[in-house]
Amino acid sequence: MKSKTIKVDYLSRIEGEGSLFVKIKDNRLTDVKLKIFEPPRFFEAFLRGRSFHEAPDITARICGICPIAYQMSAVHAVEDALGIHIDGQLRALRRLIYCGEWIESHALHIYMLHAPDFLGYESAIHMAKDYPDIVQRGLRLKKTGNEVVALLGGREIHPINVRTGGFYKVPSKQELLQLSEKLKSARDAALETVRWTASLDFPDFEQDYEYVALRHSAEYPFNEGRIVSNKGLDIPVHEYDDCFTEEHVQHSNALHSVIKGRQTYLVGPLARYNLNFDHLSPLSQEAARSAGLSNVCRNPFKSIVVRSVEILYACDEALRIIEQYEKPDKPAIEVQLRSATGYGCTEAPRGILYHRYSIDNNGIIRDAKIVPPTSQNQKAIENDLREFIPKYIELPREQLTLKCEQAVRNYDPCISCATHFLKLTLENE
Amino acid sequence: MLLPEQSVQETRGILVIGIGNQYRSDDAVGLRIAQDVKKEADSSIKIIEQNSDGAALLDSWKDAGMVILIDAVSSGGRPGSIYRFDAHKQPLPSRFFHYSTHAFGVAEAVELAKTLGQLPQSLIVYGIEGKCFDVGVGLTGEVENAIGDVVIRIRQDIHNQSLRKHGESLR
Repeated sequence: MKSKTIKVDYLSRIEGEGSLFVKIKDNRLTDVKLKIFEPPRFFEAFLRGRSFHEAPDITARICGICPIAYQMSAVHAVEDALGIHIDGQLRALRRLIYCGEWIESHALHIYMLHAPDFLGYESAIHMAKDYPDIVQRGLRLKKTGNEVVALLGGREIHPINVRTGGFYKVPSKQELLQLSEKLKSARDAALETVRWTASLDFPDFEQDYEYVALRHSAEYPFNEGRIVSNKGLDIPVHEYDDCFTEEHVQHSNALHSVIKGRQTYLVGPLARYNLNFDHLSPLSQEAARSAGLSNVCRNPFKSIVVRSVEILYACDEALRIIEQYEKPDKPAIEVQLRSATGYGCTEAPRGILYHRYSIDNNGIIRDAKIVPPTSQNQKAIENDLREFIPKYIELPREQLTLKCEQAVRNYDPCISCATHFLKLTLENE
Repeated sequence: MLLPEQSVQETRGILVIGIGNQYRSDDAVGLRIAQDVKKEADSSIKIIEQNSDGAALLDSWKDAGMVILIDAVSSGGRPGSIYRFDAHKQPLPSRFFHYSTHAFGVAEAVELAKTLGQLPQSLIVYGIEGKCFDVGVGLTGEVENAIGDVVIRIRQDIHNQSLRKHGESLR
């Protein structure tokens, strides 16, 4: 019996920690387990008994890469409970801050974490030796995203300016216009990014998953929309718990999300793109087509191109919002307390992020539920590996390990949202 | 309006960066030390807190002459142990600083900055060996006890740098 053991201590360039276990016997894949060591649902417990005002700022600390997503899902869920709806310029500013987060998160993943896989480098540091200009472009793009978040969020790290009903402070038109020139340069860099990522080599690999994303009647989704899929799902956010459930999996402390009675689904850039191509800006659509993408992309490795298209869209959308901006009279609308349960679902860079809060008459949170995108994608990641590894099973251990890492990174798993280290073990017996 | 906290107002000045996540137990030690240094620091010294987004670090320190970084580490050593690195003299062991919630962390940022020629003139990194990185608030006793020593050493670094700058201005 042919046997070999492959073991790698941790899977690098993943935002967070967890572990992946792959078992091969006689050149046949026998087991794949993505293990997420999810701590107790600390933040859900931590929120109970606290004021609804604290929800956006506490949940923003769950992840340093996507704090805006947590703030947005939190405020929308609380606002849903309180029966208020944000529109006009306040709504536009929320889209704008989300644009900033997509730009910085996607730029980090594309340039610092995922591109080295495609170009055969151990890390962005090694890649920078040969491609300093490309890495600098990624850093510049990320910085522009940071600046959008910093201006609207009050600061780059752990933004503090978002509140139920709107913002604590809103910028003047002049302040936003200062971002315009930078966003125009970023848009050029994003266009270059689409062209560059499209030139990478992609494995021939397509999956027929159920893609789940928000869908809005007129916009590429950030904060609002129905939860839809390419296989007939179409529900309002408050029916999320009726259709989705979380299963405890023996090998993982995290909960795997499933759509009741259906197969694997995935969330994130591919799902958003596949379900909302018609709402991308003309420039983004054109760039996607020039990059060889059709309206639907089923190759998870091409998510790096789709992320680039989404950066381009975010730059375009940010510029549109700034151009049409007029400073609102008040930074937030009045909030009346009531006892209710509210639901929020927004498009984090990695996919839909669901929050549910039950609040009492005094504004105290009695119950909280948070479902991050990465926990929803775990089954898809495992399934991809089950399909993908057999194609490369003859490769030497090191190369196969790198292929696995690349396949996991297609999903930009933000395991810190749920967990600890990610360790990779490839075992051939 | 609101200014980005991370910008260094005074070019070529001294910048102290505390790194960590206050909700990950000992991971917060870098933040705590930065806060303690701030209590008695001269107003010319910029002190900021960051999470472990390495890419943002390059931007934070671009105008600073001297940077002191403080972060929790997990190297298997005795909890509360203090490590000090001069980034110009030695590479940072990446596994050392890997217990951040983000894989593109401090060590990666320092090495990337070196490759791109974007290291500050002086970069000192303090690592404090953590014991518990579970989700939760508060430091373990061993790590708490290390804070005072690190703060004294950082103040000494700042003092020495000020003397050097003073000496240069007299020449």
